[in-house]
Amino acid sequence: MRWRRRHEVGDPLVCREFVELVTDYLDGALPEAERIRFEAHLAECDGCTGYLEDTRRLVGSLHEVSEPPADPATREALLRAFRDLRPGNDR
Amino acid sequence: MSVRRPSDMFRHAVDDDHGLLEHLRAGDEDAFQALVERHDASLRRVARTFVRTSTAADEVVQETWLAVVRGLSAFEGRSSLRTWIFSILVNRARTRAVRDSRSIPFSSLETDDSPTVEPAAFAADGRWISAPSRLDADPESGLLSAELREYLLDAVDELSPAQRAVITLRDLVGAPPAEVCELLGLTEVNQRVLLHRARARVRAALLPLMELSR
Repeated sequence: MRWRRRHEVGDPLVCREFVELVTDYLDGALPEAERIRFEAHLAECDGCTGYLEDTRRLVGSLHEVSEPPADPATREALLRAFRDLRPGNDR
Repeated sequence: MSVRRPSDMFRHAVDDDHGLLEHLRAGDEDAFQALVERHDASLRRVARTFVRTSTAADEVVQETWLAVVRGLSAFEGRSSLRTWIFSILVNRARTRAVRDSRSIPFSSLETDDSPTVEPAAFAADGRWISAPSRLDADPESGLLSAELREYLLDAVDELSPAQRAVITLRDLVGAPPAEVCELLGLTEVNQRVLLHRARARVRAALLPLMELSR
């Protein structure tokens, strides 16, 4: 993306770029040189450290979120199907 | 005496095929119920990427579960159980969309390349003007506060179809990137751009709540 490529190689990373690289970083998808710039910035910037930590919290919270179970009637129907169709239940 | 729902016993096992498959094949209803509870809502979210109405999505999800039940004995475990279930869903949802001739054009290309954080948050030199607002987390679990978590799913449901499908599979279901690319037919880069924008939007949707509570 255009605004990601504005820097020259070796320029220190700034916050504006950092926030756009967070997902790549968490996926381990940053090329080595970018990762080093990213981590160097992280070490000196509280704002960005908080931003990264928030992203981790967000992802963790989405994974743990519990949702109301599927409609009970539907669930009962599925359970019946499971009972009838399950392997070994040859009738 | 505390009432323990049968599905609690399998809550953790559902993310891990080992053992679960054996229970399912042995006809263990608690295991099946736990599997349904874990994935049903996510399946519906992903289905909505392809079909237009929630009724159609419900039907596709139900068909998927029936196909899972029927296919359990033949499932060879070459992919994870989760991938298998979601690939059945995606196939059925696509078929259904074609049949209804109402498919949503699944724009897998994220063309929006505007910044994900308000440019006004940064000074001319690209640094934060003031440190960004933090999301409230529970100090023990490190997860977002209960109040914020209530809003999370609403924010996910407001996303564009492609963003919603990617964040559902990656963050709610916990599928790895390669699996998501395969399921949705995305390139790795595109998958990551969609995820990045989805997470930034969900975060942005929660921020006004933070500022209110200040």
